[in-house]
Amino acid sequence: MTFDLSIITANADAIWNAFLVTIYTWLAGSLLGLMAGLLIAALMLFGGRPLQRLLRVFIELVRGTPFLVILFLVYYGGPSFGVRLGAITAGVLCIAFYSSVYFAEIFRSGFAAVPRGQLEAGECLGLGRLQLMWRVQLPQMLVLILPAIVNMLTILCKETAVLSIITVPELTAVLTGIGTRTFTFIETLLVLCIAYLLLIEVTSRVGRWLERRVGTYLQR
Amino acid sequence: MFDWPTFLFSLPLLGKALLITLQTSLLGNAIGFAIGTLIASMQLAKMPLLRRIGGSYIFIFRGVPLLVQLLVIYYLAPMFGLPNLSPMVAAIMALSLCSGAYIAEILRGGLLAIPSGQREAAHLLGMSRPAILLRIELPQAVQSTLPSLVNELVLLIKSSALVSVVGLADLTRVAQNLASSDYLFFQHYLVLAGIYCLINIPLTMFGRRLERHLERSLA
Repeated sequence: MTFDLSIITANADAIWNAFLVTIYTWLAGSLLGLMAGLLIAALMLFGGRPLQRLLRVFIELVRGTPFLVILFLVYYGGPSFGVRLGAITAGVLCIAFYSSVYFAEIFRSGFAAVPRGQLEAGECLGLGRLQLMWRVQLPQMLVLILPAIVNMLTILCKETAVLSIITVPELTAVLTGIGTRTFTFIETLLVLCIAYLLLIEVTSRVGRWLERRVGTYLQR
Repeated sequence: MFDWPTFLFSLPLLGKALLITLQTSLLGNAIGFAIGTLIASMQLAKMPLLRRIGGSYIFIFRGVPLLVQLLVIYYLAPMFGLPNLSPMVAAIMALSLCSGAYIAEILRGGLLAIPSGQREAAHLLGMSRPAILLRIELPQAVQSTLPSLVNELVLLIKSSALVSVVGLADLTRVAQNLASSDYLFFQHYLVLAGIYCLINIPLTMFGRRLERHLERSLA
């Protein structure tokens, strides 16, 4: 058993590119997921009963399925319908799809947390429903749900590791690849763990900093 | 589109695999609960060193993806002199170590909510620290955090799909094998998703009912 970090420096370029792929799939997927989640939450709020029911079922089904299985359905099952996606595109879309229902639940609880009186006041002032949502509910609830969103982002960062299974060249895939080729599991896995710990720590620190900054306006 | 004979043929295989999935997740959850109890009590201990250890455990096992933990255990165990772990043992180890960190966080909240007077009273009655933890604090902490614990079990069952990577013939692995033998990828994975939903959705609903029940009893 030896410990030699030169294998990391020798492959620094490949590892850096893999790191970028991890960041890209994570952030692009999360961003799309946030938008889709907001859309679902808004549809549940404004849509009629049947639409609400349908979305409820959709949310439960996606939440009951492991991320890996969703990945398989899209990446390997897609071609049966003529949907042929590259691994990275499939990865981003799956992260977006998977996270959208969780984000929708977060947004829904956020909408519910804004006091009703404010909505009534806004209505009396002649604001439309969309305006109410955009101008009154959204700004306030974004502050309230910030911790939940950051928490979800850290979960998604970890989920990107699963993308290695469908051959996305991200950190886990590339580092374990180097490990199996050169028999340097200790070094590569150590770097892998540290990379994720760093990403998660930075995310939650930024989250706490943001919370402090925007939270000041909520104190009454 | 949907090939019924294939589906019927695959059912017994998937049934057997379901048992493996349930076995790994339930065992992982049980051992994870023991680890979680230990870590949570360490975090609430007076000794700074114990608190440090508890905190670091949670930091590491919640900060590293489960898949990576699984790979670490599977690849590194032989290097540290442990004989080649069977996929089953590696899977249960990874699941329990990881869920231990999450359960510790849940239990810590429950333990903190218990009035300190109870601890003092038990101490005066001559109960030892472990006895106080196991007989006074833990039952109450479990009761008040049961919805979160059920939720954690659902998450664990979902994460257990990852153990297919180390070659354990769980639900996901068997579905993968079926799909690669007859190329009906979409159908097999759809069935696979359905089976996971059939376990997870009732469990989630059960958790929600527990939560409502708890809210009523506290109100």
